[in-house]
Amino acid sequence: MEIFEYAPAPESRSIVSIRPSYNLFIDGEFVEAESDERIVTVNPADEEPLAEVAAAGDADVARAFAAARRAFERVWSPLPGAERGKYLFRIARIIQERARELAVLESLDNGKPIKETRDVDLPLVAAHFFYYAGWADKLAHAGHGSTRPLGVAAQVIPWNFPLLMLAWKVAPALATGNTVVLKPAETTPLTALAFAEICQEAGLPPGVVNIVTGAGATGRAVVAHPDADKVAFTGSTEVGRQIARAVAGTRKRLTLELGGKGANIVYDDAAIDQAVEGIVTGIFFNQGHVCCAGSRLLVQESIADELLSRLRARIERLRLGDPLDKNTDIGAVNSAAQLARIRELAAAGESEGATGWSPACSLPERGYWFPPTVFTGVTQAHRIAREEIFGPVLSVLTFRTPEEAVSKANNTPYGLSAGVWTEKGSLMLWTASRLRAGVVWSNTFNVFDPASPFGGYKESGYGREGGRHGLEAYLG
Amino acid sequence: MADIPSRLAVRRTYKLYIGGAFPRSESGRSYPVTSPAEDHLANAALASRKDVRDAVVAARKAFPGWSGRTAYNRGQILYRIAEMMEGRRAQFAAEVAAAEGVGEDRAQALVSAAVDRWVYYAGWADKIGQVLGGANPVSGPYFNLSEPDPTGVVGVLAPTGSSLLGLVSVLAPVITSGNTAVLVASERLPLPAVTLAEALATSDLPAGVANILTGRLAELAPPLAGHADVNALDLAGSGSLAGELEALAATTLKRVLRPAGDDWDDPDPGLSRIRPFLEVKTVWHPIGR
Repeated sequence: MEIFEYAPAPESRSIVSIRPSYNLFIDGEFVEAESDERIVTVNPADEEPLAEVAAAGDADVARAFAAARRAFERVWSPLPGAERGKYLFRIARIIQERARELAVLESLDNGKPIKETRDVDLPLVAAHFFYYAGWADKLAHAGHGSTRPLGVAAQVIPWNFPLLMLAWKVAPALATGNTVVLKPAETTPLTALAFAEICQEAGLPPGVVNIVTGAGATGRAVVAHPDADKVAFTGSTEVGRQIARAVAGTRKRLTLELGGKGANIVYDDAAIDQAVEGIVTGIFFNQGHVCCAGSRLLVQESIADELLSRLRARIERLRLGDPLDKNTDIGAVNSAAQLARIRELAAAGESEGATGWSPACSLPERGYWFPPTVFTGVTQAHRIAREEIFGPVLSVLTFRTPEEAVSKANNTPYGLSAGVWTEKGSLMLWTASRLRAGVVWSNTFNVFDPASPFGGYKESGYGREGGRHGLEAYLG
Repeated sequence: MADIPSRLAVRRTYKLYIGGAFPRSESGRSYPVTSPAEDHLANAALASRKDVRDAVVAARKAFPGWSGRTAYNRGQILYRIAEMMEGRRAQFAAEVAAAEGVGEDRAQALVSAAVDRWVYYAGWADKIGQVLGGANPVSGPYFNLSEPDPTGVVGVLAPTGSSLLGLVSVLAPVITSGNTAVLVASERLPLPAVTLAEALATSDLPAGVANILTGRLAELAPPLAGHADVNALDLAGSGSLAGELEALAATTLKRVLRPAGDDWDDPDPGLSRIRPFLEVKTVWHPIGR
């Protein structure tokens, strides 16, 4: 069938002014790093450098902790909860006011489509601050026993939802009276630095939020700093293990939100077009750079052929390209390193005997791109069924009975998310109750809300972010 | 020649409790247990790493059934354990007195508190879901419910100085929510743990829900902490090994409850030992016509 081409509909980049170089945000000021090392962050859609940021060294991290400790003791923890809440409400409002600018900045630095940053990331960021702002003076009603903050929280966040992950970390920490030293991801530091400006604009007392940019070494220094009372990390399971080891034997509290290999189960009575939409959202949202992605499709054998044919037809309509184009569905892969990882695993899928399929789709010449890909003939032993790919790659397996579906879904060391598609309520609840996953989406996928707790079972980490449950990690 | 009694008493053999059975250690070893005054009390089984692995297998096998019971049913079974203990009061009191070197009154008080601890946690079983779960007011047309879910197999290192009350205080909260447990009894005071196992075996508690090992902490705790099919670890009795065990637990990202100077006499510990061994599962469903 002939497809009409869309005219380009680019969002204007001019709403953002990116400085050539950024310093660290410590004690309410942008300060020059003592470390000479710098990192260049590029636009993954065209590989053009966007800006240069500091790679904080041990001395810089120590300064940030000193500022955070001072702010914790002198200003932030003594402040009445209602006043703390008002700062967070103010931050939420400024984020709403600057949402368009922040959405463009996020798409430039991350590569994700503007449609997502504009309609998902930024609204959720503002909502998260708004939600936790209201908790600040109601901690006695949260049911966690203690209403006391822990102290200084060391927070390390990933590149897949840069500003949203910052919000998930910073909002509950501040609402409960903790102060923060946060390290954004090496490849996506820019919205965190914009957030630093928002803290200034909100008049947040100096030292309450400190942002130290850098790569792995900076992250290790932040996590290992002896003055951290709490460590919160979102990222890979491998790094999560290292952090858990580093924290072992200390007094530091720890929460980890790690990888996943989510199963999306489609029963034979499912509303098939809705299921197809859900499968697409489950794996291609944010180029599959989603820890809770539905990366394993488990489809009941009797409907597998029909479902896959409709799924392929739907995928052929996905638009891959310029992240700033409002019609784009699939943007750029965040980094060359991540692209290499996706390619390596996709090649393993082929060499282990699965069959890959991608729509006819031309990839831009510059930048990091990977087409949406579906593997069929996948067995549970294949690497593409076991390892987190963190890219737009779906592995399809089939099942015959609900027992088999649940057993295959749970056959993974991960336990973050799962999906269930059926029109039968009792089957949905039966399945959901047996899935060993922290979030179960039934007849929907990849929906998020600040009031809804999020986090994994097993090697997907521990602790919950969001909702009343999300306060627990910051009280003690 | 020494006096020969008119009837020779039949002594007990203190064994392990794995998968509802009472095996000796597969290693064939035992170790002498003495009172604080160094009097020989009995020989206890000296469990091995293999016994740890067998116990984990039994606990894993029991998990789907136990977590799938209704909370009401689990509560009833925990209450039944209290009943069985009450019926063996004299035996428990004598063993606690001998093990801990306390007087008769204190021993009786410790047994009473241990029995009451089972009653306390029996009552928690069907309250946890309401207290820790609930509907979340999300900003969209979705039904959104969070509920607690047991984390799986929990390795429990029982307190070293409280042979019965401390033991019950760490075991009961783990299993009331639907977890299964592999418990390492106090190395120095293991005998009341074996007697508890005998009460558990007659309490309708399904085989494998609680598995009790006696032996050397330094030998049993590391393989338990490092075992890939253990989901969580209660380090109550870990002593100086705590840091090392927590690092081993990190390999498979186990939930870890650190020792925290616990007061086993507190009659109302609340959720403090229940919550660390629970996951929170959140289920979404669209609302529409």
